Amino acid sequence: MALKRDVSLKDALRYQGKGPMLTYILHRIGGLGIVIFVSLHVLAGFMLNQPWGSSAGIFIDSIYEYWVFQIFIFFCVIFHMINGLRITILDLWPKLIEYQREAIWLEWVVFLPVYGIAVYTIVQNALGG
Amino acid sequence: MNLRSAPQRGVNFDYIMWLYTRLSALAMYLLGFIGITGALIMGARQQMSLPDLMRWAFTPEVTHVLNTNVANIDAWKTLFWQLMGSLLVVVAGAHGYHGLLNVLDDYVKSAGWREFLRYFTIALWLVMSVIAVYVIFTS
Repeated sequence: MALKRDVSLKDALRYQGKGPMLTYILHRIGGLGIVIFVSLHVLAGFMLNQPWGSSAGIFIDSIYEYWVFQIFIFFCVIFHMINGLRITILDLWPKLIEYQREAIWLEWVVFLPVYGIAVYTIVQNALGG
Repeated sequence: MNLRSAPQRGVNFDYIMWLYTRLSALAMYLLGFIGITGALIMGARQQMSLPDLMRWAFTPEVTHVLNTNVANIDAWKTLFWQLMGSLLVVVAGAHGYHGLLNVLDDYVKSAGWREFLRYFTIALWLVMSVIAVYVIFTS
C-alpha cells in the first residue's frame, strides 16, 4: 500500500473535511507558531546576555511584545493546548472516537470564551488600559 | 505521481514519537500545574497578575518574574525551578520539533530529503535545548 501525494491547492481547498479538518489545520498552524515563537524567544534570551547580540535580542523581544503578535500567539497556544488535549484523550481512549464531533463542539465552547478574554485584555492594554 | 510506503506496524521511530507526542502533552499540563501551584505557594496571588502567572507556568524561569511585584526573587531561581524549567523546555522542544518534522514530512516529496530532515530536526532540538538550558541556568 502506498500513499498518494501531490494534491493540488484547488483540490485541498475543495476538500469537505468540515469541523475535524478545521481543527487539524488550526492545530498545525498553532503548533508551528509556538515552535517559531519559542525558538525566537530562546535565541533572544541567549543573545541578550552576549555583548555581540544584545541589540538583536532586544529587537526580537520587541516583535512578540507587539499586541498584534500577542493576539496571534495566544490563539496558537490556547487552541493548540485545548485541541491537543482532545486529541490525546481520544487517541489514548479510542472508544471515545465515536464522540469526536461532540468533543470538537466542546472544545470550541471552552476555547472561545478563554481566547475572547485574552484578546479583550490584550486589546484593552494596547489601547492604554 | 509520488508514492511512499505506508508507515510500518509495530514499535518503530514513528510509533514511539506518536506516543511521545501524546504523553508529553499530558506531561506539559502536569508541569504547568506544578508551576502554578509553586507560584501560588511563593506568593503569586498578591504579587503577580494572571498573565504573569501564566507566563511563569509555561516556563518557570526567573526572568519571567522580573517585571512583577515579586520583591525577593531568590525563591524563584532555586535549583528546583531551574531543573523544572529545563525539563519543560526539553520535553516541549522534542514535542514541538517533532511536530515540525511531521508537517515538513507531508510536503517534502524526496525520501532522501525526508531522511535528512529527520536528523536535522533532532540536531535542531539538541542545539536549542542546550541553549535554552544555558539561558535558564545563567539568568
